[in-house]
Amino acid sequence: MELKTFPMGGIHLDKHKITSDKPIKEAGLPEIVYIPIKQHIGAPSKIKVQKGDKVKVGTLLADADGIVSADVHSSVSGEVIKIEDIVDADAYLSTMVVIKVEGDVFEPTIDQGPEIKKEITLSAEEIVKKIRESGIVGMGGAGYPTPIKATIPEGKRVNTLIVNGIECEAFLTADDRLMVERAEEIVIGAKILNKALGIQNAIIAIDENKPRAIEIMKKITRKYVGVNVRVCESKYPQGAEKQLIKAITGREVPSGKLPIDVHCIVQNVGTVHAIYEAVQKNKPLFERIITVTGDNAAENPQNFRARIGTPASFLIKQVTTHPENIGKVIFGGGMMGVSAVNMDAPVTKLTSGILLLNDEDATKPPETACIRCARCADSCPMGLRPFAIATAIRNHDNKELKQLHIMDCIECGTCSFICPARIPLLDYCKLGKMEIRKQKK
Amino acid sequence: MDIITSSIIMLGGIALASGVVLYFVSKKFYVKEDAKISEVEKLLPGVNCGACGKAGCHDFAKACSKANAEGFKQLYCTVGGNKVMQKVAEALGYRQEEKEETVAVLRCQGTCQNAPSKFEYTGLKSCRLVAQISTSQSECPYGCVRLGDCVSVCKFGALKIDKELGIPVVDENKCVSCGACVEICPKKLFEIRPKGKDGKRVYVACRNQQKGAIARKNCSAACIGCMKCTKINPEIKVENNLSYIPTSVDAETYGQELADNCPTGAIVYTGRKEKKHGA
Repeated sequence: MELKTFPMGGIHLDKHKITSDKPIKEAGLPEIVYIPIKQHIGAPSKIKVQKGDKVKVGTLLADADGIVSADVHSSVSGEVIKIEDIVDADAYLSTMVVIKVEGDVFEPTIDQGPEIKKEITLSAEEIVKKIRESGIVGMGGAGYPTPIKATIPEGKRVNTLIVNGIECEAFLTADDRLMVERAEEIVIGAKILNKALGIQNAIIAIDENKPRAIEIMKKITRKYVGVNVRVCESKYPQGAEKQLIKAITGREVPSGKLPIDVHCIVQNVGTVHAIYEAVQKNKPLFERIITVTGDNAAENPQNFRARIGTPASFLIKQVTTHPENIGKVIFGGGMMGVSAVNMDAPVTKLTSGILLLNDEDATKPPETACIRCARCADSCPMGLRPFAIATAIRNHDNKELKQLHIMDCIECGTCSFICPARIPLLDYCKLGKMEIRKQKK
Repeated sequence: MDIITSSIIMLGGIALASGVVLYFVSKKFYVKEDAKISEVEKLLPGVNCGACGKAGCHDFAKACSKANAEGFKQLYCTVGGNKVMQKVAEALGYRQEEKEETVAVLRCQGTCQNAPSKFEYTGLKSCRLVAQISTSQSECPYGCVRLGDCVSVCKFGALKIDKELGIPVVDENKCVSCGACVEICPKKLFEIRPKGKDGKRVYVACRNQQKGAIARKNCSAACIGCMKCTKINPEIKVENNLSYIPTSVDAETYGQELADNCPTGAIVYTGRKEKKHGA
């Protein structure tokens, strides 16, 4: 079968998917969880609990403030011991609800049964309401509140739902394992979204480097009308929204526009699975699959199902007995992940992986001068010229930056990865986007 | 006629014709500019820094020549200072009151010693970027990032990163208080303050708004909001666990006392006499 891909740029990575055959393991309950009340793009949620309150798994902790916001639920049962600003993974202070774990009592409304509920009884409006109440956000990493993507704005039209199971990021296997173990639930989740959007078809896009997931998904989708599997070439960044739409439908999202302008909606498989659990099982988003991995620093890399708010150190302890070997901890994958400064920082709705590097792997080779090889421009999936962007930023030239379309940068990191002179081109692009945003204000 | 002669005649003809056209156009559309503008512009430093709020020196000269006596008082070239403004005033026949000279001060003492780095940063050396992806190199989320964006933006060479301290140091003889550092600093650590009599000024060199204990843990020279300074001079206000000394507080009268009584040394008095030296 012909493999789908996007035409411009991209690189072939050594993906280090060392955990792809490790089954999802329950991470267990830590003693204390830290639940940030802002785990999404948009306004922070309004806190509903107080110090001393007893909570159960699934109790509402914070309420969405406005449309671009999301509910936050308790991931454990126990007592709220404090609500305060705590340093998160990026060293920023963010308000967190700290809960001391006592037992594991679920809210009675949550259906904990193992059986798969296939019948979709709710109406489109009820589905969106349920998604909103369950606090679901885009779990691929962007954290855009899902209810907004499940409703079609006035005057727009949607005809394709793409379920993103590409996971082109190096090291991560959380989505892969989810597709292998929860295939049917993902397909039902896609049907639920179809109903909410009022369309009939869904495409599950999977990277060719996940043969088991492809096989299982193909088998399951035979039973469901309108859900199809498309296999994509193993290229980075195939899983980026715009690149995926181009590969699957051939449509190009214009600069500054959203996928909905080309009649597409893209949802991550993790999000779709969470939608299934929310709608069919009445289960709010309080746990997620997370890959804790590393080539040399992790002895026993694993895929975990971890509660939101679990400190990273709790998971790291389970994969290595020699924490002193760790030189760098990265939240996310090898390409787009951000290194953390706080080992006790909690897992959020958006953390798809924790990557451990030893000192040697974490050391960057020194930067040298640009040799004008233009490999950054050749490999940029958005067709930008990162070397020119870097020069413009060094010269504080914002006019030039706009002409170079810097706002189209998807921050995939391809340019930094490919650069033989080791120039931190991604850092330059991030800085440039920041400057333009500041100017607009 | 061969090709060379024909092209010479053609191109020569075009040049002559356009020359004639251009001559008449430039006569017809000549914009008479006020002679004062160029006169004033010659007096200005010509750095085009934009500190006066105008788009470069020419724009400032234009504004000066257009302004009336009252409006002129509002205009001030910080780079040239009183000297230049006096000359400009003379040229225009106005009177310019002397303005107090100002200087940029760094309101942070998060040096490598006071607030040690908590991680090794290997990415692009830019404070603004680090401030976006993380907070700063030290534990203090309000403190100096120590990567020197302010140094790169200073057109007068008045800032440099002290190798030992790690934080930028202002050379007050070179600083013209153009405000470029104030603009670029992601932590808003710079402030333009009056130079003070004999260069004596007093200010709180901290922006940390955390609670005292946390602030102190993050940086040994942090303002902990202990209110001691407010008892010395009631004009000083403590807001969000952070003290701010307004410029109205006289440095010579209160400076020494304030600096001596600050338990963490967050208050900096430039004319301070160290106690231990016995002076």
